[in-house]
Amino acid sequence: MPVPFPFSAIVGQEEMKLALLIGAVDSRIGGVLVFGDRGTGKSTAIRALAALLPKMKVVADCRYGCDPDAAPDVLCAECRAHRGDTPFKTKQVPVPVVDLPLGATEDRVIGALDLEMALTRGEKAFEPGLLARAHRGFLYIDEVNLLEDHLVDALLDVAASGENLVEREGLSVRHPARFVLIGSGNPEEGELRPQLLDRFGLSVEVRTPQDLATRVQVVRLRDEYERDPNAFAEKWKRKDAKVRKRITDAQALLPEIEVSEQTLEQAARLCMALGTDGLRGELTLIRAGRALAALEGDKSVEITHLRRLAPPALRHRLRRDPLDESGSTARVDRVVQELFPA
Amino acid sequence: MAGMSAPPANPLAKSPMGGSAPPPAPPRYHPWDDAALIATLFAVDPSGVGGVCLRALPGPVRDQWLADTRELLPPDMHRRKIPLHVTDGRLLGGLDLTATLRAGRPVAEHGLLAEAHGGVVELAMAERVRGSPVSYLCAALDTGEVVLERDGIALRSPARLGVIALDEGSNEDEQVADALVDRLAFLVDLSPIGVRDMGDLPYAVADIVAARERLPQVTISEAQVNAICETALALGIHSLRASLHAVRVARIAAALDGDPEVTDGQVNLAARLVMAPRATQLPSMEPPPDQEPPPPEPPPPDQDGESDANQEQRNDPLADQILDATKATIPQDLLERLRLGQMRRAKVRSTGKSGQVQQANMRGRPAGVRRGELRPGDRLNLIETLRAAAPWQRVRRAERERGLTPDRLAVPLPAPVKRGGRKKAAPVVMPRIEVRKDDFRIQKYKHRSETTAVFVVDASGSSALHRLGEAKGAVELLLADCYVRRDRVALVAFRGKMAELLLPPTRSLVRTKRCLADLPGGGGTPLASGIEVGLALADAVKRRGGTPLLVLLTDGRANVARNGEGGRPKATEEALIVARLVRAAGVAAMVVDTSNHPHPQAKALAEAMDATYMPLPHADAGRLNAAVKAKAGL
Repeated sequence: MPVPFPFSAIVGQEEMKLALLIGAVDSRIGGVLVFGDRGTGKSTAIRALAALLPKMKVVADCRYGCDPDAAPDVLCAECRAHRGDTPFKTKQVPVPVVDLPLGATEDRVIGALDLEMALTRGEKAFEPGLLARAHRGFLYIDEVNLLEDHLVDALLDVAASGENLVEREGLSVRHPARFVLIGSGNPEEGELRPQLLDRFGLSVEVRTPQDLATRVQVVRLRDEYERDPNAFAEKWKRKDAKVRKRITDAQALLPEIEVSEQTLEQAARLCMALGTDGLRGELTLIRAGRALAALEGDKSVEITHLRRLAPPALRHRLRRDPLDESGSTARVDRVVQELFPA
Repeated sequence: MAGMSAPPANPLAKSPMGGSAPPPAPPRYHPWDDAALIATLFAVDPSGVGGVCLRALPGPVRDQWLADTRELLPPDMHRRKIPLHVTDGRLLGGLDLTATLRAGRPVAEHGLLAEAHGGVVELAMAERVRGSPVSYLCAALDTGEVVLERDGIALRSPARLGVIALDEGSNEDEQVADALVDRLAFLVDLSPIGVRDMGDLPYAVADIVAARERLPQVTISEAQVNAICETALALGIHSLRASLHAVRVARIAAALDGDPEVTDGQVNLAARLVMAPRATQLPSMEPPPDQEPPPPEPPPPDQDGESDANQEQRNDPLADQILDATKATIPQDLLERLRLGQMRRAKVRSTGKSGQVQQANMRGRPAGVRRGELRPGDRLNLIETLRAAAPWQRVRRAERERGLTPDRLAVPLPAPVKRGGRKKAAPVVMPRIEVRKDDFRIQKYKHRSETTAVFVVDASGSSALHRLGEAKGAVELLLADCYVRRDRVALVAFRGKMAELLLPPTRSLVRTKRCLADLPGGGGTPLASGIEVGLALADAVKRRGGTPLLVLLTDGRANVARNGEGGRPKATEEALIVARLVRAAGVAAMVVDTSNHPHPQAKALAEAMDATYMPLPHADAGRLNAAVKAKAGL
């Protein structure tokens, strides 16, 4: 596989990049949905992020990549059994960014009977699927709107509970599967069910840039990359390293970020004014706010953070109003302006 | 074939060269020359440019073009043809069952895409290909590899390829999927070319081989990239891929000519070949006045603001020159095509139905397994197959040891080994499970394409009461018929301030009749709400794999808006907007006009919905019934 396009060389698309970074800082954000025009570098950005993520510590020879420092209930059965006897042997591995290709079958996604064992030895054994591989990392679904519904349902269920439970063929396996779900797609090719929309933490709309300077820059960088990917990646290595440091710093800072009563109230008022159903909007807004504050080196979540995050955290949760042609982003912006004028 | 000897005069030199002298009279481009040039440029770097969308009916011209292209590609290059109804497994790869059973361990099989790595695929009847094959092709074009996660197999194989999409569409309704077109640099229309117009190729194979060598070193200047992007904006080409393609093509043209740096002439050529067929507006043209905003769902790019910006931005002489050259090849009927294109966009969505039917045996909900022969397009349920094989293992093993190899065996078995040989590390790994043809279990899918008729009944006062009675009669007749066909029906009524779902989709005739009989009349006409509720229901039906049919019975005289407030103008306007959403959603619909005399408002509503219009005075129940049947495709 060729060297991916460097994350820091992606021109514009600030909201998308920010949402991905927030997902990288706090995996509990509930996933990121990137919807938009063709040829805006949706996939490029996600593959670029994969190359940039800091490494993580895992239990050596754990097939699920358990976190040695995690609480017992987040460990897989084997690690839990092992825990307490001796300290885990650990190793550093890249954060997994797993592609869920279109056409994947359910057995490969959820995990199923190990075909090889069944065929060679006639034994039943569990073969972990993509969900297990994505544990503690990212699961990327391009064209999420084209994925079969039953697969999406299964995914979201696991994404929400952080655990994959496989009950089939007389097998009963339970393993941790905490991952950040990243979906991308082009709305012209099919919409996402509203129930699914709501399950994504952040949603980003990407548009093709319309100003000449940006477009020229995109084309030039892309051309340079295509001519010599390795040299290009080398050139951007330092900038990518800076982004990586920003992520690790923010991860360290995250537990210390404070959220005042006032901020909580502001978030609640915003969600109420927009009529978003359920609490998920509020929760996401606050969580994303903490991650954003951490990324920017701030100590607490303020209204400035909320103002920036309201569109990605809430725009996909609005009740659809077919007659309001201004679009959901405009609606969020309008309410933000009314409630909290800058 | 052509041009193997001395290549004719450099065709690129004919393009107006940049800078100094004012370009001569607008050059005339001969369609075949361009097509031949595109074949050449494509042959230099098939995967780099993505490919060619070749619009032409099968015939001598297309055959010649394809033959020429094949000749220009290296002889050892992989070439695969993707047939129209290719299965996912064949395209992506999967489990090679025979080899798996023979080897006694999973053996993967490459799909067409991986087999074509480093080469070219031809996509047959590309205009009819929708859904997953398009997505797989696009993914391969984007990433240069095929990632397989199927049937217990995880495999990543390189798949750098160029695509020749054979577009045999004969009208504007049939076009290659937008997602694919966006990724192919060239769009060629061979239809205006006659047999006598065909000529030689401008370059020889040797030139192409040399160009491939030189290509990585060719550079393009910042000003040229700038000009290409400016041209794209001026022509209203939104996707950045077009500009990227133009840059690549310009570099290939330079490599062909042996230039280390791209010349303005080559930029010109690239912009002309790549961008002219994608133009959505003529340069420095006001946005077409009658271009009303399409249905609100995909917000259209902001055309006005952007073309203003273009006016200010375009001050680069090179860009102007490219535009002039490009303009010369933009079809004169661009405006006409634009309008068609917009209509097409609305229509394309409703073509989902044929796709659903095509893949009926692969899609839908899994509904059990069946025993039988594995035919193309079937999916083996491996678990069930193994389960079926399991109980017979002892018997079969015994059979084998006795040297009986029944001809029912699915695969030849290796030579028998004595029992216990395993402990001494037998040289041949014996399959521990014998699977025979009898064991094969094939996954069945239930494809729910049943029709659900959603009746939206206007029960307001304006629909005079006796008309309501007639409408009820018509609905009842239809219901009886639906019941016979085991279709489902749903009932939405609107009156007063709001619409109400009286009956969710059901097969119960009795319930529906009772519901209908109890339906009171009178009050305002919240038409928009009625259509909205009906549409939401139709949408839900569609998502579950059914085919909805919206039957709206109204006189079209809306007087209550969606928020429950009275007022005819607003109510009417809203009704029309929601009606357009029905069209955008591609839901089949019909409007039954229940007014005493056919009313223009109901007709306008039908037009906005792209629905069949039936005035009730002439629509006795029998005719109505026939119309619904026709509309539901039964």
